Amino acid sequence: MSSPVDLIQHIPRLRRYARALVRDAARADDLVQDTLERALAKLDLWRPGSDLRAWLFTLMHNLFVNQLRASGGHTLCELDEANDVAVSGGQTEALVVRDIQAALAQLPAEQREVMLLVGLEQFAYADAARILGVPQGTVMSRLSRARERMRELLEGHQATKLQVVK
Amino acid sequence: MNRISEDDLHAYADGLLPAGRRAEVEAWLAAHAEDAARVQAWAAQNRSLHAAFDEVLNEPLPLQLVRAASGQRTQTTQWYRAAAAVFIVAGVGVLGYGLGLRSAEPAAQYATLPQAAAIAHVVYSPEVRHPVEVEAQHADHLVAWLSKRLGHALRAPDFTAQGFDLLGGRLLPGETGPVAQFMYQDGLKRRITLYVRRDAAKQAETSFRHAREDGIEVFYWVDHGLGYALSGNVDKAEMGRLADAAYHQISP
Repeated sequence: MSSPVDLIQHIPRLRRYARALVRDAARADDLVQDTLERALAKLDLWRPGSDLRAWLFTLMHNLFVNQLRASGGHTLCELDEANDVAVSGGQTEALVVRDIQAALAQLPAEQREVMLLVGLEQFAYADAARILGVPQGTVMSRLSRARERMRELLEGHQATKLQVVK
Repeated sequence: MNRISEDDLHAYADGLLPAGRRAEVEAWLAAHAEDAARVQAWAAQNRSLHAAFDEVLNEPLPLQLVRAASGQRTQTTQWYRAAAAVFIVAGVGVLGYGLGLRSAEPAAQYATLPQAAAIAHVVYSPEVRHPVEVEAQHADHLVAWLSKRLGHALRAPDFTAQGFDLLGGRLLPGETGPVAQFMYQDGLKRRITLYVRRDAAKQAETSFRHAREDGIEVFYWVDHGLGYALSGNVDKAEMGRLADAAYHQISP
Protein backbone atom coordinates (compact mmCIF):
# COMPACT_ATOMS: atom_id res chain seq x y z
CA MET A 1 0.00 0.00 0.00
CA SER A 2 1.74 3.07 -1.19
CA SER A 3 -0.81 5.74 -0.37
CA PRO A 4 -4.43 6.34 0.54
CA VAL A 5 -5.19 7.04 -3.06
CA ASP A 6 -5.23 3.28 -3.57
CA LEU A 7 -8.27 3.09 -1.31
CA ILE A 8 -9.81 6.34 -2.52
CA GLN A 9 -10.11 5.11 -6.08
CA HIS A 10 -12.40 2.28 -4.95
CA ILE A 11 -14.83 4.50 -3.05
CA PRO A 12 -17.22 5.18 -5.96
CA ARG A 13 -17.87 1.49 -6.58
CA LEU A 14 -18.05 0.57 -2.91
CA ARG A 15 -20.69 3.29 -2.56
CA ARG A 16 -22.65 2.02 -5.56
CA TYR A 17 -22.72 -1.53 -4.22
CA ALA A 18 -23.60 -0.45 -0.69
CA ARG A 19 -26.40 1.81 -1.96
CA ALA A 20 -27.92 -1.07 -3.89
CA LEU A 21 -27.45 -3.46 -1.00
CA VAL A 22 -28.95 -1.46 1.88
CA ARG A 23 -30.90 1.15 -0.12
CA ASP A 24 -30.70 3.97 2.40
CA ALA A 25 -27.96 6.37 1.22
CA ALA A 26 -26.74 7.40 4.67
CA ARG A 27 -26.61 3.82 5.96
CA ALA A 28 -24.86 2.77 2.77
CA ASP A 29 -22.14 5.38 3.28
CA ASP A 30 -21.77 4.26 6.89
CA LEU A 31 -21.13 0.76 5.61
CA VAL A 32 -18.51 2.11 3.18
CA GLN A 33 -16.87 4.09 5.96
CA ASP A 34 -16.72 1.03 8.24
CA THR A 35 -15.22 -0.91 5.34
CA LEU A 36 -12.50 1.67 4.72
CA GLU A 37 -11.63 1.88 8.39
CA ARG A 38 -11.48 -1.90 8.63
CA ALA A 39 -9.29 -1.98 5.52
CA LEU A 40 -6.79 0.46 7.00
CA ALA A 41 -6.71 -1.44 10.28
CA LYS A 42 -6.12 -4.77 8.52
CA LEU A 43 -3.93 -3.56 5.71
CA ASP A 44 -1.08 -5.87 6.65
CA LEU A 45 -3.39 -8.82 5.94
CA TRP A 46 -3.86 -7.75 2.35
CA ARG A 47 -1.44 -9.45 -0.05
CA PRO A 48 0.12 -6.85 -2.32
CA GLY A 49 -0.47 -7.82 -5.91
CA SER A 50 -3.82 -9.44 -5.19
CA ASP A 51 -7.06 -7.72 -6.17
CA LEU A 52 -7.55 -4.84 -3.74
CA ARG A 53 -11.08 -4.20 -4.97
CA ALA A 54 -12.17 -7.79 -4.31
CA TRP A 55 -10.58 -7.65 -0.86
CA LEU A 56 -12.50 -4.46 -0.02
CA PHE A 57 -15.75 -6.08 -1.13
CA THR A 58 -14.93 -9.07 1.07
CA LEU A 59 -14.54 -6.78 4.07
CA MET A 60 -17.81 -5.07 3.21
CA HIS A 61 -19.59 -8.39 2.90
CA ASN A 62 -18.38 -9.46 6.34
CA LEU A 63 -19.52 -6.18 7.90
CA PHE A 64 -22.88 -6.45 6.16
CA VAL A 65 -23.42 -10.00 7.40
CA ASN A 66 -22.53 -8.95 10.94
CA GLN A 67 -25.05 -6.13 10.77
CA LEU A 68 -27.64 -8.50 9.43
CA ARG A 69 -27.08 -10.92 12.29
CA ALA A 70 -27.09 -8.19 14.92
CA SER A 71 -30.42 -6.91 13.68
CA GLY A 72 -32.04 -10.31 13.32
CA GLY A 73 -32.09 -9.96 9.57
CA HIS A 74 -34.00 -6.68 9.40
CA THR A 75 -31.53 -4.22 7.98
CA LEU A 76 -33.60 -3.20 5.02
CA CYS A 77 -35.56 -0.03 5.20
CA GLU A 78 -39.19 0.00 4.21
CA LEU A 79 -40.05 -0.10 0.56
CA ASP A 80 -41.57 3.36 0.33
CA GLU A 81 -38.50 4.97 1.85
CA ALA A 82 -36.49 3.83 -1.08
CA ASN A 83 -37.80 6.01 -3.85
CA ASP A 84 -35.31 8.79 -3.39
CA VAL A 85 -32.54 7.59 -5.67
CA ALA A 86 -31.84 10.23 -8.27
CA VAL A 87 -33.18 9.12 -11.62
CA SER A 88 -32.20 10.68 -14.88
CA GLY A 89 -34.14 10.34 -18.07
CA GLY A 90 -37.75 9.75 -18.84
CA GLN A 91 -40.60 8.30 -16.92
CA THR A 92 -40.18 4.82 -18.35
CA GLU A 93 -36.67 4.69 -17.01
CA ALA A 94 -37.89 5.93 -13.64
CA LEU A 95 -40.41 3.10 -13.54
CA VAL A 96 -37.79 0.52 -14.46
CA VAL A 97 -35.55 1.86 -11.71
CA ARG A 98 -38.31 1.76 -9.12
CA ASP A 99 -39.33 -1.73 -10.13
CA ILE A 100 -35.82 -3.11 -9.94
CA GLN A 101 -35.28 -1.56 -6.52
CA ALA A 102 -38.52 -2.99 -5.21
CA ALA A 103 -37.70 -6.41 -6.65
CA LEU A 104 -34.18 -6.37 -5.19
CA ALA A 105 -35.59 -5.60 -1.76
CA GLN A 106 -37.67 -8.73 -1.89
CA LEU A 107 -34.69 -11.01 -2.45
CA PRO A 108 -33.08 -12.69 0.54
CA ALA A 109 -29.86 -10.84 1.42
CA GLU A 110 -27.62 -13.67 0.21
CA GLN A 111 -29.26 -13.69 -3.21
CA ARG A 112 -29.23 -9.91 -3.43
CA GLU A 113 -25.48 -9.89 -2.78
CA VAL A 114 -24.79 -12.36 -5.58
CA MET A 115 -27.12 -10.51 -7.94
CA LEU A 116 -25.29 -7.23 -7.32
CA LEU A 117 -21.72 -8.55 -7.28
CA VAL A 118 -22.28 -10.23 -10.65
CA GLY A 119 -24.89 -8.07 -12.38
CA LEU A 120 -23.86 -4.63 -11.17
CA GLU A 121 -20.22 -4.89 -10.08
CA GLN A 122 -19.35 -7.37 -12.84
CA PHE A 123 -17.20 -9.65 -10.73
CA ALA A 124 -16.36 -13.04 -12.24
CA TYR A 125 -18.19 -15.91 -10.54
CA ALA A 126 -15.01 -17.17 -8.90
CA ASP A 127 -14.33 -13.71 -7.43
CA ALA A 128 -17.89 -13.43 -6.15
CA ALA A 129 -17.44 -16.83 -4.49
CA ARG A 130 -14.24 -15.69 -2.78
CA ILE A 131 -15.84 -12.44 -1.63
CA LEU A 132 -18.79 -14.28 -0.12
CA GLY A 133 -16.70 -17.15 1.24
CA VAL A 134 -18.82 -19.84 -0.47
CA PRO A 135 -18.13 -22.38 -3.24
CA GLN A 136 -18.70 -21.20 -6.80
CA GLY A 137 -21.52 -23.71 -7.15
CA THR A 138 -23.35 -21.90 -4.37
CA VAL A 139 -22.87 -18.59 -6.18
CA MET A 140 -24.36 -20.10 -9.33
CA SER A 141 -27.39 -21.58 -7.59
CA ARG A 142 -28.05 -18.33 -5.70
CA LEU A 143 -27.67 -16.37 -8.92
CA SER A 144 -30.09 -18.68 -10.67
CA ARG A 145 -32.70 -18.38 -7.93
CA ALA A 146 -32.23 -14.62 -7.67
CA ARG A 147 -32.65 -14.05 -11.39
CA GLU A 148 -35.70 -16.23 -11.70
CA ARG A 149 -37.28 -14.60 -8.66
CA MET A 150 -36.53 -11.16 -10.13
CA ARG A 151 -38.11 -12.23 -13.38
CA GLU A 152 -41.30 -13.30 -11.61
CA LEU A 153 -41.39 -10.09 -9.62
CA LEU A 154 -40.74 -7.82 -12.57
CA GLU A 155 -43.06 -9.65 -14.94
CA GLY A 156 -45.75 -9.84 -12.27
CA HIS A 157 -45.42 -6.11 -11.87
CA GLN A 158 -45.68 -5.62 -15.60
CA ALA A 159 -48.87 -7.71 -15.71
CA THR A 160 -50.50 -5.67 -12.94
CA LYS A 161 -49.62 -2.45 -14.70
CA LEU A 162 -51.11 -3.65 -17.94
CA GLN A 163 -54.34 -4.56 -16.21
CA VAL A 164 -54.57 -1.14 -14.66
CA VAL A 165 -53.96 0.56 -18.00
CA LYS A 166 -56.68 -1.47 -19.66
CA MET B 1 -21.27 -29.22 -29.40
CA ASN B 2 -20.87 -29.62 -25.66
CA ARG B 3 -24.05 -29.68 -23.71
CA ILE B 4 -25.20 -26.19 -22.72
CA SER B 5 -25.53 -25.91 -18.98
CA GLU B 6 -27.46 -23.48 -16.82
CA ASP B 7 -24.09 -21.92 -15.89
CA ASP B 8 -23.34 -21.33 -19.57
CA LEU B 9 -26.62 -19.45 -19.92
CA HIS B 10 -25.73 -17.19 -17.01
CA ALA B 11 -22.22 -16.62 -18.31
CA TYR B 12 -23.74 -15.74 -21.68
CA ALA B 13 -26.07 -13.18 -20.11
CA ASP B 14 -23.11 -11.71 -18.22
CA GLY B 15 -20.88 -11.55 -21.29
CA LEU B 16 -18.31 -13.86 -19.69
CA LEU B 17 -18.02 -16.53 -22.38
CA PRO B 18 -15.13 -16.85 -24.82
CA ALA B 19 -16.17 -16.32 -28.44
CA GLY B 20 -16.30 -20.01 -29.39
CA ARG B 21 -18.53 -21.03 -26.53
CA ARG B 22 -20.65 -17.94 -27.05
CA ALA B 23 -21.43 -19.04 -30.60
CA GLU B 24 -22.47 -22.48 -29.31
CA VAL B 25 -24.80 -20.93 -26.77
CA GLU B 26 -26.26 -18.68 -29.43
CA ALA B 27 -27.00 -21.70 -31.60
CA TRP B 28 -28.69 -23.36 -28.63
CA LEU B 29 -30.76 -20.26 -27.87
CA ALA B 30 -31.89 -20.00 -31.48
CA ALA B 31 -33.48 -23.40 -31.07
CA HIS B 32 -34.77 -23.02 -27.49
CA ALA B 33 -37.07 -20.04 -27.20
CA GLU B 34 -37.76 -20.46 -23.51
CA ASP B 35 -34.07 -20.35 -22.60
CA ALA B 36 -33.61 -17.39 -24.92
CA ALA B 37 -36.35 -15.50 -23.10
CA ARG B 38 -34.77 -16.22 -19.72
CA VAL B 39 -31.32 -15.12 -20.85
CA GLN B 40 -32.78 -11.94 -22.33
CA ALA B 41 -34.58 -11.19 -19.09
CA TRP B 42 -31.37 -11.70 -17.08
CA ALA B 43 -29.37 -9.38 -19.32
CA ALA B 44 -32.17 -6.81 -19.00
CA GLN B 45 -31.94 -7.14 -15.21
CA ASN B 46 -28.23 -6.29 -15.38
CA ARG B 47 -29.00 -3.23 -17.49
CA SER B 48 -31.70 -2.13 -15.05
CA LEU B 49 -29.28 -2.44 -12.14
CA HIS B 50 -26.89 -0.12 -13.92
CA ALA B 51 -29.70 2.30 -14.80
CA ALA B 52 -30.71 2.38 -11.14
CA PHE B 53 -27.34 2.67 -9.45
CA ASP B 54 -24.62 3.95 -11.81
CA GLU B 55 -25.65 7.46 -10.87
CA VAL B 56 -23.86 6.89 -7.55
CA LEU B 57 -20.53 6.75 -9.42
CA ASN B 58 -20.98 10.34 -10.54
CA GLU B 59 -21.66 11.75 -7.09
CA PRO B 60 -18.85 13.76 -5.48
CA LEU B 61 -17.12 11.69 -2.82
CA PRO B 62 -18.28 12.53 0.70
CA LEU B 63 -15.41 14.05 2.60
CA GLN B 64 -15.79 11.70 5.56
CA LEU B 65 -15.11 8.75 3.25
CA VAL B 66 -12.00 10.33 1.79
CA ARG B 67 -11.00 10.97 5.38
CA ALA B 68 -11.64 7.36 6.36
CA ALA B 69 -9.66 6.06 3.38
CA SER B 70 -6.72 8.22 4.39
CA GLY B 71 -6.72 7.07 8.02
CA GLN B 72 -7.74 10.57 9.01
CA ARG B 73 -8.87 11.69 12.43
CA THR B 74 -5.46 12.35 13.77
CA GLN B 75 -2.72 12.68 11.25
CA THR B 76 -3.02 14.65 8.06
CA THR B 77 -1.20 13.79 4.92
CA GLN B 78 -0.59 15.71 1.81
CA TRP B 79 -2.66 13.23 -0.12
CA TYR B 80 -5.56 13.64 2.21
CA ARG B 81 -5.53 17.39 1.90
CA ALA B 82 -5.28 17.12 -1.83
CA ALA B 83 -8.07 14.57 -2.06
CA ALA B 84 -10.29 16.53 0.31
CA ALA B 85 -9.76 19.66 -1.71
CA VAL B 86 -10.67 17.89 -4.90
CA PHE B 87 -13.95 16.64 -3.53
CA ILE B 88 -15.19 19.60 -1.58
CA VAL B 89 -18.37 20.79 -3.26
CA ALA B 90 -20.23 24.02 -2.79
CA GLY B 91 -23.14 23.65 -0.42
CA VAL B 92 -24.29 23.99 3.14
CA GLY B 93 -23.18 20.54 4.28
CA VAL B 94 -19.79 21.06 2.84
CA LEU B 95 -19.37 24.43 4.44
CA GLY B 96 -19.49 22.58 7.76
CA TYR B 97 -16.86 20.15 6.57
CA GLY B 98 -14.78 22.98 5.27
CA LEU B 99 -14.87 24.80 8.59
CA GLY B 100 -14.10 21.62 10.50
CA LEU B 101 -11.23 20.96 8.19
CA ARG B 102 -9.84 24.42 8.64
CA SER B 103 -10.06 24.43 12.40
CA ALA B 104 -8.34 21.05 12.53
CA GLU B 105 -5.69 22.12 10.07
CA PRO B 106 -4.94 25.79 10.30
CA ALA B 107 -2.04 25.37 7.94
CA ALA B 108 -3.93 23.44 5.26
CA GLN B 109 -2.55 24.16 1.84
CA TYR B 110 -4.18 23.94 -1.50
CA ALA B 111 -3.54 20.82 -3.49
CA THR B 112 -0.99 21.52 -6.12
CA LEU B 113 -2.20 21.30 -9.68
CA PRO B 114 -0.47 17.96 -10.40
CA GLN B 115 -1.71 16.42 -7.12
CA ALA B 116 -5.30 17.40 -7.76
CA ALA B 117 -5.08 16.21 -11.35
CA ALA B 118 -3.52 12.86 -10.40
CA ILE B 119 -6.23 12.14 -7.83
CA ALA B 120 -9.00 13.00 -10.26
CA HIS B 121 -7.29 10.74 -12.81
CA VAL B 122 -7.04 7.83 -10.40
CA VAL B 123 -10.65 8.14 -9.23
CA TYR B 124 -12.34 8.40 -12.61
CA SER B 125 -10.15 6.71 -15.20
CA PRO B 126 -10.78 3.10 -14.01
CA GLU B 127 -14.54 3.38 -14.58
CA VAL B 128 -15.64 0.91 -17.22
CA ARG B 129 -19.20 1.99 -17.82
CA HIS B 130 -19.32 5.55 -16.54
CA PRO B 131 -15.91 7.09 -17.15
CA VAL B 132 -17.41 10.37 -18.31
CA GLU B 133 -20.51 12.48 -17.75
CA VAL B 134 -20.81 13.63 -21.35
CA GLU B 135 -19.59 11.36 -24.10
CA ALA B 136 -17.40 12.27 -27.04
CA GLN B 137 -20.20 11.95 -29.59
CA HIS B 138 -21.52 15.17 -28.06
CA ALA B 139 -18.09 16.80 -28.17
CA ASP B 140 -19.34 20.26 -29.16
CA HIS B 141 -21.86 20.26 -26.36
CA LEU B 142 -19.24 18.94 -23.95
CA VAL B 143 -16.74 21.67 -24.71
CA ALA B 144 -19.41 24.40 -24.67
CA TRP B 145 -20.81 23.16 -21.37
CA LEU B 146 -17.43 22.94 -19.63
CA SER B 147 -16.36 26.33 -21.08
CA LYS B 148 -19.49 27.90 -19.67
CA ARG B 149 -18.97 26.39 -16.24
CA LEU B 150 -15.34 27.47 -16.08
CA GLY B 151 -16.13 30.87 -17.53
CA HIS B 152 -13.36 30.43 -20.06
CA ALA B 153 -13.26 29.12 -23.63
CA LEU B 154 -11.79 25.63 -23.55
CA ARG B 155 -10.58 23.28 -26.23
CA ALA B 156 -10.37 19.52 -26.03
CA PRO B 157 -7.08 18.69 -27.71
CA ASP B 158 -7.06 16.07 -30.45
CA PHE B 159 -4.72 13.13 -29.76
CA THR B 160 -5.78 10.90 -32.64
CA ALA B 161 -2.33 11.29 -34.20
CA GLN B 162 -0.92 9.83 -30.97
CA GLY B 163 -3.49 7.03 -30.92
CA PHE B 164 -5.80 8.38 -28.22
CA ASP B 165 -9.48 9.14 -28.86
CA LEU B 166 -11.65 11.44 -26.81
CA LEU B 167 -14.01 9.46 -24.55
CA GLY B 168 -15.72 12.52 -23.11
CA GLY B 169 -15.49 14.68 -20.07
CA ARG B 170 -16.86 15.62 -16.74
CA LEU B 171 -17.17 18.58 -14.42
CA LEU B 172 -15.52 18.24 -11.02
CA PRO B 173 -15.60 20.41 -7.94
CA GLY B 174 -12.27 22.03 -7.13
CA GLU B 175 -10.92 24.48 -4.63
CA THR B 176 -10.53 27.24 -7.20
CA GLY B 177 -13.97 26.63 -8.69
CA PRO B 178 -15.25 24.12 -11.21
CA VAL B 179 -12.73 21.88 -12.92
CA ALA B 180 -13.03 20.26 -16.34
CA GLN B 181 -11.69 16.78 -16.98
CA PHE B 182 -11.34 15.40 -20.50
CA MET B 183 -10.65 11.69 -20.84
CA TYR B 184 -8.98 9.86 -23.72
CA GLN B 185 -8.34 6.21 -24.44
CA ASP B 186 -6.08 4.36 -26.86
CA GLY B 187 -6.38 0.97 -28.55
CA LEU B 188 -4.82 -0.72 -25.52
CA LYS B 189 -7.53 0.83 -23.33
CA ARG B 190 -4.98 3.02 -21.62
CA ARG B 191 -6.51 6.26 -20.44
CA ILE B 192 -5.14 9.73 -20.03
CA THR B 193 -6.97 12.72 -18.59
CA LEU B 194 -6.57 16.43 -19.11
CA TYR B 195 -7.47 18.41 -16.01
CA VAL B 196 -8.23 22.10 -16.53
CA ARG B 197 -8.86 24.59 -13.77
CA ARG B 198 -8.84 28.33 -13.44
CA ASP B 199 -5.60 29.37 -11.95
CA ALA B 200 -6.46 31.34 -8.84
CA ALA B 201 -2.96 32.59 -8.26
CA LYS B 202 -2.89 34.28 -11.67
CA GLN B 203 0.62 33.05 -12.03
CA ALA B 204 2.65 34.07 -14.93
CA GLU B 205 2.54 31.61 -17.78
CA THR B 206 4.74 28.65 -17.06
CA SER B 207 6.44 26.28 -19.37
CA PHE B 208 6.03 22.55 -19.04
CA ARG B 209 6.63 20.93 -15.74
CA HIS B 210 6.64 17.29 -14.86
CA ALA B 211 5.63 15.57 -11.65
CA ARG B 212 5.18 11.95 -10.69
CA GLU B 213 2.29 11.56 -8.27
CA ASP B 214 1.92 8.10 -6.84
CA GLY B 215 2.91 6.39 -10.07
CA ILE B 216 0.92 8.74 -12.29
CA GLU B 217 2.92 10.82 -14.76
CA VAL B 218 1.68 14.41 -14.83
CA PHE B 219 2.74 17.18 -17.19
CA TYR B 220 1.33 20.58 -16.36
CA TRP B 221 1.47 24.20 -17.37
CA VAL B 222 -0.38 27.47 -16.90
CA ASP B 223 -1.62 29.54 -19.81
CA HIS B 224 -4.00 32.51 -20.05
CA GLY B 225 -5.31 32.07 -16.53
CA LEU B 226 -5.94 28.34 -16.84
CA GLY B 227 -3.93 25.55 -15.29
CA TYR B 228 -3.65 22.39 -17.39
CA ALA B 229 -2.45 18.99 -16.22
CA LEU B 230 -2.25 15.89 -18.39
CA SER B 231 -2.15 12.68 -16.31
CA GLY B 232 -1.70 9.07 -17.22
CA ASN B 233 -0.23 5.79 -16.22
CA VAL B 234 1.84 5.87 -19.39
CA ASP B 235 5.60 6.10 -19.61
CA LYS B 236 7.12 9.49 -19.17
CA ALA B 237 8.49 9.96 -22.69
CA GLU B 238 5.14 9.14 -24.28
CA MET B 239 3.28 11.37 -21.82
CA GLY B 240 5.71 14.13 -22.67
CA ARG B 241 4.89 13.82 -26.37
CA LEU B 242 1.15 13.86 -25.63
CA ALA B 243 1.50 16.90 -23.40
CA ASP B 244 3.53 18.61 -26.10
CA ALA B 245 0.75 17.97 -28.61
CA ALA B 246 -1.84 19.32 -26.18
CA TYR B 247 0.21 22.39 -25.44
CA HIS B 248 0.66 23.26 -29.10
CA GLN B 249 -3.03 22.86 -29.83
CA ILE B 250 -4.22 24.84 -26.84
CA SER B 251 -1.57 27.53 -26.73
CA PRO B 252 -0.24 27.82 -30.26
